[in-house]
Amino acid sequence: MTEPILSLRGVNKSFGPVHVLKDVNLDVHPGQVTALVGDNGAGKSTLIKCIAGIYTPDHGEFKFNGQVVNITGPRDATALGIEIVYQDLALCDNLDIVHNMFLGREVKKGPVLDESAMESLARKTLDSLSVRTVKSIRQTVASLSGGQRQTVAIAKAVLWNSKVVILDEPTAALGVAQTEQVLNLVRRLADNGLGVILISHNINDVFEVADNIAALYLGTMAAQVAKNEVIPRQVIELITTGASAGVEKAGAK
Amino acid sequence: MSTSTTAVEVQESSLKSAAHDYWAKVKAGDIGALPAVLGLLVLCIVFGSMSSVFLTPGNFANLLTQAASVIVIAMGLIFVLLLGEIDLSAGYASGVCGAVLVILITDHGQPWYIALAASIAVGMVMGFGLGTLVARLGIPSFVVTLAAFLGFQGVLLILAGEGGTIRVEDKTVLAIQNSNLSPTLSWAFYIAASVFYVLLGLSRINARRKAGLKAELIKLWLIKTVSLIGISGLAVFALNLERSNNRELVSLKGIPYVVPVILFLLVIGTFVLGRTAFGRHIYAVGGNAEAARRAGINVKNIRIAAFVICSSLSAIAGLLFASRQNSISPTTGGSSTLLYAVGAAVIGGTSLFGGKGKMRDAILGGLVVAVIDNGMGLLGYAAGIKFIVTGAVLLVSAGVDAISRRGSAV
Repeated sequence: MTEPILSLRGVNKSFGPVHVLKDVNLDVHPGQVTALVGDNGAGKSTLIKCIAGIYTPDHGEFKFNGQVVNITGPRDATALGIEIVYQDLALCDNLDIVHNMFLGREVKKGPVLDESAMESLARKTLDSLSVRTVKSIRQTVASLSGGQRQTVAIAKAVLWNSKVVILDEPTAALGVAQTEQVLNLVRRLADNGLGVILISHNINDVFEVADNIAALYLGTMAAQVAKNEVIPRQVIELITTGASAGVEKAGAK
Repeated sequence: MSTSTTAVEVQESSLKSAAHDYWAKVKAGDIGALPAVLGLLVLCIVFGSMSSVFLTPGNFANLLTQAASVIVIAMGLIFVLLLGEIDLSAGYASGVCGAVLVILITDHGQPWYIALAASIAVGMVMGFGLGTLVARLGIPSFVVTLAAFLGFQGVLLILAGEGGTIRVEDKTVLAIQNSNLSPTLSWAFYIAASVFYVLLGLSRINARRKAGLKAELIKLWLIKTVSLIGISGLAVFALNLERSNNRELVSLKGIPYVVPVILFLLVIGTFVLGRTAFGRHIYAVGGNAEAARRAGINVKNIRIAAFVICSSLSAIAGLLFASRQNSISPTTGGSSTLLYAVGAAVIGGTSLFGGKGKMRDAILGGLVVAVIDNGMGLLGYAAGIKFIVTGAVLLVSAGVDAISRRGSAV
């Protein structure tokens, strides 16, 4: 197996008296989709926010590409090439696709925005993801469907040669056909060599695209296993009880 | 919404597809300038047919100088409105800044440029204060600027003192709203501005073509450009006619100085909003502040900057008021000024919900408001009726804005 691009060891995070993450380990490999599953309140959001630099873990070790790194803010995470696509997408409806993709990181020629360069780059990124559902990349995001918005948000995340992309429930609000489109896109991200963390509540989605599955249970990592070593029932048991017969407990090895 | 739009790249665009694109934009909630332009046209035809004075060069020049201060305040307001905020104090801010200008010139003998710089600095400080209260303390801008509306009114009253008015006699200040470019200079200015506009448009189309991107349809661009240059040519021609009632005593012709001043502000404002990262961030904060914050934009600083710009432009409006009234009084920038300015921005197409608007909206909307005010005045209607009609027009524009937004909501 390849070296993990991102590796977490013994991550702890408390909010006051509430111990949200307890000695969590997680490995993300390039070219693989790692599904992060867990019930509400299991600590999925807290964990990805620690990775994205929004929260600073109380203690724990982060390794990126084999190097120990210290992520103290969102900028550190983006500098490493970690991008996060939030569930609510964080797009500006009034701006067009290109503007959204480059928001906050505009390409400039002197003091002036370089629209042509941005548009070409946006086009190239969408093409590299084989996105063909968008008619014009100069249309406002307000005019896009849910699946297209998700596509734009994901394209925005991979625009910057990112190494790790975290997707927070990308299919939660989508219909059947659009879910399929987005899952295909998630698969392509991994096939392009990125490490992908997919948060999902939908076991079917997880089994469709993930290479390995990390299950959180009440703030502890119940297990991180390869997909073909488990069946959906076992994953559901991991999510609901934190253990499943035949699945090695995380940290036991 | 249909999503079955596969790779239908509409590269070879025609006028028909351009019209189709426009309609798609309208459906997405972006009506553009068309309603304001059409409204302006209809109003001019109606008033022109009802009043013999309305379409005279004299009244036209008068209209421009009447509209000028409101347009400049509206330009500043657009920055704030784009964030989805409001500045109710912009009118009296112009009064206070105007008073600072006039007091420095008249009472302290300062040259006009120092006085102007000082008044703009005062405007910046006021805007910084308002913006800080809104952005850092999180007090709603409506409340902060309502308080400032009262406060600035008080400051103006104190500055104007017991006498009530402070006269200004500085030639430069008075010239802005009362003197004109000579007819030759007017034409030279017109030609220079037209050439600038054409070159700008061509270079934009050219740059996109070079980058292999879909450029604006040249036919459509030509139609727009030729009609704009044609109409402004007519305007310059009309302004270059003699409009003095007493030709032996004084000659009045040419473009009022305030027109190039406003066009200059338009160019700068349009550049900042459309071509710089700062402008883009203003739209982003107005569209989705949380998304902007996550994209690493300093939302608080953007808000503060917008209020600073708004109050600074109010200071320039204060100069225009002082110039037009030859003085500053406790009502300068008061009564209907602020409401007309908000109305101008909204009528021009700026959304009160934030995220949508352009600099030119201030000019289009400001002209609509001024034409209603001026035309109804000429027809002898009382101030009450004028307010009711202007209010109705504002309501219609805000309604169109709200409905078009509903149409765009997916």
